[in-house]
Amino acid sequence: MTSRQQILDDIRRALGRAHSQPPAPLAAPLLRIPQLARNLYTSLFVQNLEKLAGKCSVVRDASSVIPLLRDLLQGKRAVASNAPFLETCGIAGLPEVQSGFTDREALREACATADVGITSVDYALAETGTFVMLASPQDARMISLLPPVHVAVFPQSRILTNLDELLSVVPKPADETSSMVLITGPSRTADIEQILVRGVHGPGGVYAIIVEDE
Amino acid sequence: MSDRPTEGFNKTLDDPRLQLAIYSATKRLMDHRANAIEPSRLPDYQQLRDHANHIKKHTIEHLDYYLEQLETNLIAHGGKVVYCRDGAEVADFVLGVARDRDARLIVKSKSMTTEEIDLNDGLERGRVETVETDLGEYILQLAHQHPYHIVAPALHMTRYDVAEIFAKNLGVPNEVVIENQTKIARAVLREKFLKADIGVTGANFLIADSGAVVLVENEGNARLTTSAPKIHIAVAGIEKVIPRAQDLGVFLNLLGRSATGQPLTVYTSFLSGPRRASEIDGPDEFYLVLLDNGRTKLLADPEKRQSLYCIRCGACLNHCPVYRKIGGHNYPWIYSGPIGAIITPQFHGVSEDSWLPFASSLCGACAEVCPVKIEIPKVLLKLRAEVTQAERREGRGGLERFTFVVWAWIMTHPKLYLALARIGSKLAPLAPNIGPLRNWAREREVPRIASRSFHQWWARRERAKPHPQ
Repeated sequence: MTSRQQILDDIRRALGRAHSQPPAPLAAPLLRIPQLARNLYTSLFVQNLEKLAGKCSVVRDASSVIPLLRDLLQGKRAVASNAPFLETCGIAGLPEVQSGFTDREALREACATADVGITSVDYALAETGTFVMLASPQDARMISLLPPVHVAVFPQSRILTNLDELLSVVPKPADETSSMVLITGPSRTADIEQILVRGVHGPGGVYAIIVEDE
Repeated sequence: MSDRPTEGFNKTLDDPRLQLAIYSATKRLMDHRANAIEPSRLPDYQQLRDHANHIKKHTIEHLDYYLEQLETNLIAHGGKVVYCRDGAEVADFVLGVARDRDARLIVKSKSMTTEEIDLNDGLERGRVETVETDLGEYILQLAHQHPYHIVAPALHMTRYDVAEIFAKNLGVPNEVVIENQTKIARAVLREKFLKADIGVTGANFLIADSGAVVLVENEGNARLTTSAPKIHIAVAGIEKVIPRAQDLGVFLNLLGRSATGQPLTVYTSFLSGPRRASEIDGPDEFYLVLLDNGRTKLLADPEKRQSLYCIRCGACLNHCPVYRKIGGHNYPWIYSGPIGAIITPQFHGVSEDSWLPFASSLCGACAEVCPVKIEIPKVLLKLRAEVTQAERREGRGGLERFTFVVWAWIMTHPKLYLALARIGSKLAPLAPNIGPLRNWAREREVPRIASRSFHQWWARRERAKPHPQ
């Protein structure tokens, strides 16, 4: 008998269940989505990300992103994702920025030596200051992970209230991507004497640039 | 009942530095939790607990159904599912994959399940280098130690211990600044991540309706483990499955707040299968190992099976007056504290380490803070009864049983009781010198007995009362 068969048989015997017996009805998911005025989402997001030592800038429109990034980068090397919104902002035009990667190895090498990773986000969560990123041809996993600083540039329309709202918009993330990641502030640890240290394996610096008008 | 390992207890109790470390770390985690579930922040905390308990109960009671659903959905996304009865099967499987792909280096992110089966030892036998990447776990691996706490594995160590361990194993100068120690580990491990052939993780949740593995963490090492190498193997106990992705809101909220006081941990990864055709990065192969290792034994008893609801937040450890004194390494298995006290005997059999269910004051703090409402004291009592029954079957525990029979008989004969109580009160001060009581009295003071008993006082009071007219 295979291990699979034995384990499933042991479970059914212990529970007194027949093979492929349907389950009893299960309560509906508990989705708690707060009622919040749309114009408060951005300030709530900023407040919550800053609480976690993330930095935020809110700019009027896409054309204001480049000057801000130029100040931020100042000669540092950056890798940008292929997100359409980054293109809208003209980020690939910055001399410090490498982008357009489609090859895993080349991307990984670039990310391993870059100072800054620039991405957009698919959603953001106001209640927790969270970026939500779905891996896709537009957004690779490594850009928000390997460089010591992560900058996310996104329109404020991507902000949702909280995780439950995300799960009501994307009820089955696996249908869309192999990897949905929620990023809530800088990488951190408290493994030695419970002392908080930022930037362990992921970025120690997290920066959100939120664009009011698309 | 087997003897308690008192030598280990006393060593921990007599170590003031260790006592302070345990006390302050658990206190901080308690405070963080209390802060995060405060009604102004989480008014419906109790409702979330009820809901989580309901979902866990339902899933465990239909475990075969949800495992098969999980399997079907994960296969549809290109993942492979492997069932393993025990740790040896897991090690064989991982080593088999490593051999086929000529893999030399495995990176691991923190996982109690792989600790449970000593996977690292199993893999070392196959001559594959295995590196723990969670900072605490990495320190412990270098020091050849097991986790001290489910959530804070190196809770018992100071920066000076870490400095020594790093200097000895990594050939770096003595470094006692925690930020710099973290940088050293980051640099060493970053290289490992980029060279590794296989990433091994645990799983916080398995999602049946999506065929997905959910991992929560703060450091980013789980993200690197699951994204940098070409192969990802997740090892999870079969009880980790929940029905729907939409249930995650409740569980993630409870887990983060109960463990470290965070509404959400820094990273939550929702992973399903290898990278899709058009995705730029991510693993080419994705395996989910579903581990029994004794879990099916816990299912038969409708009351005790709730032990499988645990989401490993560690809150019961932080709030336990026993754990807070004896620490994590005095428990017989890697699961310590109240949750360890109820699952260890069920995995290993009640006759092994049978003292464990008795090492509790039944104060109930664990049940009060458990985010999925496991009735730990109730299960402890059930296990105590089973230990006693097992001893009776084996013809042991006769003296204790005889004592209670005599006690019960005396208690039902008031005159005899009063007479014996008078004698007993005179003899009480001698108790600490009598055989088995000596151990008990060593750490306690026998209270002074009043010169007059309550019965005597009451009788005199009644006599002195003026009679009503």
